Amino acid sequence: MDVLMLSRLQFAAATFFHFLFVPLTLGLSVLVAIMETKWVRTGDEEYKRMAKFWGKLFLINFAIGIVTGITLEFQFGTNWSRYSRYVGDVFGSLLAIEASAAFFLESTFIGVWAFGWDRVSPRLHMVSMWLVAIASNLSAVWILTANAWMQHPVGYVIRNGRAELDDFMAVVTQPFAMQQIIHTVAGAYILAGFFVMGVCAYHLLRKQNVEFFTRSFRIAAAFALIFSLVEVVQGHVHGGEVAKIQPTKLAAMESLWDTTDNAPQYLFLIPDEKNERNLVEIGGIPGALSMLAYHSPSATVKGLKDFPKEDRPPVLPTFIAFRVMVGLGLLFPLLALIGWIKRNRLMENAGYLKAMLFAMPLPYIALQAGWIVAEVGRQPWVVYGMMRTSDAVSPISGSQVMGSFIALVGVYTLLGIAAFYLLARYARKGPQPSSSEATA
Amino acid sequence: MLESVWFILWGVLWAVYFALDGFDLGLGTLVPVLAKSDVDKRIIYNSMGPFWDGNEVWLITAGGVTFAAFPTTYAVMFSGLYSALMIVLFALILRGVSFEFRGKLDSPMWTAIWDGCVVLGSFVPALLLGVAFANIFEGIPIDEAGVFQGNLFTLLNPYGLLGGVLFLCMFTTHGALWLAVKTEGPLHDRAAALARKLWLALAVVAVIFLVATWFATRLYDNYLQNPFVFTIPIVLIPVILVAALFMMRFYMGKGSWWKAWFASGLTIIGATLFGVAGLYPNLLPSSLNPAYSLTIYNSSSSPLTLKIMLGVALTFVPIVIAYQSWVYFMFRDKVTEDHLAYDEAY
Repeated sequence: MDVLMLSRLQFAAATFFHFLFVPLTLGLSVLVAIMETKWVRTGDEEYKRMAKFWGKLFLINFAIGIVTGITLEFQFGTNWSRYSRYVGDVFGSLLAIEASAAFFLESTFIGVWAFGWDRVSPRLHMVSMWLVAIASNLSAVWILTANAWMQHPVGYVIRNGRAELDDFMAVVTQPFAMQQIIHTVAGAYILAGFFVMGVCAYHLLRKQNVEFFTRSFRIAAAFALIFSLVEVVQGHVHGGEVAKIQPTKLAAMESLWDTTDNAPQYLFLIPDEKNERNLVEIGGIPGALSMLAYHSPSATVKGLKDFPKEDRPPVLPTFIAFRVMVGLGLLFPLLALIGWIKRNRLMENAGYLKAMLFAMPLPYIALQAGWIVAEVGRQPWVVYGMMRTSDAVSPISGSQVMGSFIALVGVYTLLGIAAFYLLARYARKGPQPSSSEATA
Repeated sequence: MLESVWFILWGVLWAVYFALDGFDLGLGTLVPVLAKSDVDKRIIYNSMGPFWDGNEVWLITAGGVTFAAFPTTYAVMFSGLYSALMIVLFALILRGVSFEFRGKLDSPMWTAIWDGCVVLGSFVPALLLGVAFANIFEGIPIDEAGVFQGNLFTLLNPYGLLGGVLFLCMFTTHGALWLAVKTEGPLHDRAAALARKLWLALAVVAVIFLVATWFATRLYDNYLQNPFVFTIPIVLIPVILVAALFMMRFYMGKGSWWKAWFASGLTIIGATLFGVAGLYPNLLPSSLNPAYSLTIYNSSSSPLTLKIMLGVALTFVPIVIAYQSWVYFMFRDKVTEDHLAYDEAY
């Protein structure tokens, strides 16, 4: 394999793995902060136990999310040096701001939170968790702003043989970045909500710590319900934005080959990339795709054949990932809504609890699928319409990248197994006995 | 001018990173020598507990700032040092999770694996960061297009390895002093005794390194023929370096461990700035042809980006220093066996 393919695989693997842990960090930090705030406000020790129990899972997950983030930042230099040279003037600053404005705050105050239960006042301890939550989410804001610039470059001029910053505010306030931020962060909150609900379901099914887990479940269900509804509405708007600025991605998401007026949406479809057509198209809803993309049933949607072959993204993975993401995205508000309605009668709904236990991996799948749509759908560009991925790769030897790729997959797999094992173990163990139980 | 300001900032960020993460990397390396029991190990890990994560972000910031201010240098340096950097990254990853994971299962094998990762994950970055910087000081074989004409073993030349040994000595001394600060009883005594021995090794290696630098690099050129305005700061750096080195020994003799630790940090900052100042205006000299070298002029970002990032850096770095200092102050007391009963302790 060549350097390009290996570097792409390596970056994909590193991102995939990093993003297995980051969404839970983003969402669970907020949930733990909410729990701790309730403790500080009401003095109810049950909330402190909740913050401690969920906080322990948070810490295990956090450790691995942090360390895998370092590799990503450095890979722009190691594997994508031509990219870094060409766009560093714009892109590098966003990463540097992320580190100095957000990452420091997050990494410093997690130490205060973890080691500070007996050192700082409850209020300051609660503030530490909020700082961790705010900082991790700010971190996501900066990274997604950087990614949005790769999807839709703005505020630059080509000068001195590279892309140079021309309008900083245009880069950091562009609407597409806002869309990506809301979309990704809401997705992360759904994941965290489902994670908490899933762990609660496990214990409730075993009738352990019923009061503790019912209360945790209620917080998580409300949280997941709000953000899964946000996600559905915003996802629709987001799709419209993609149609406008990345027509090739939209066509690949829908596997639309010919430019069509009144474009239908097929319920079932099998793309045939080689022959530039679809093998099977069943259940077309006339005008539905035009409606989704341009909010008008008669709108014209551009097909892939309108673009030169070398400008098209891989259709099959983009198409499948999009369907998986949307399908799951529509399921989440439903599951969360049932949970919220039954929040006071959870013990009588073993079937639902079981479903929620098995639903735990689904947001993980949806979020990874989302990244496939965003990143594979952007191909063959590293910066859409401006720089090709093949022009971005470092002038290094394939054997080096092969070595690092194998090491990365090996190390990450082992770490992933260890982290999963620990998370499962501590989730199943349940909370520390409360002080009243301990003395009784 | 803007480029020069960024050059100084760039050097300072790396120096602060080495001075902070240096002690936990050094201490991680020393665990097998200093710890006689599991309790000792846990005391050592918890002595770094609230700090190591925040320290490591200085590396990310130093990397990020290289990317933002000098993208061409970032691109050439990081792709050129590919294998070395990847090894450092894997080491840091394993080390980072080890602290969190090791105490989470009651299995001697589990604990032993992560203990091994801490040692390896601390030793390897300490060594390789030194190797990398020594190579930057002497120049690496990059051609006209910025393509690295060498491999991992090109970097492991005698001067590069000497740099690695120097960093190991600096970091382990720094780490031993930190443990002397943070502990009491036999563990403290062992750390203190070891710090004294390591200081001697550091002093010897530092002299050898400074002499070798004369032959292997062009760093001294800047000190000998710098323009007048740079004279004072540039002459000040070696003076601070030597003074800090001796202050460290003086305070060790008096048993003032905090002061000795600060002096050790100052030594690391002085050593880094000594090398960096000698590079000016180069960021990455080419050993093939000086004309291929990357300088602050041919590899910097546009004036607009440099200005914006200067605003960002001058705003956030002082804030970061303020809250990190507060954390060091908050957790300033000694770590004893009692601390290990704490629920979230490592």
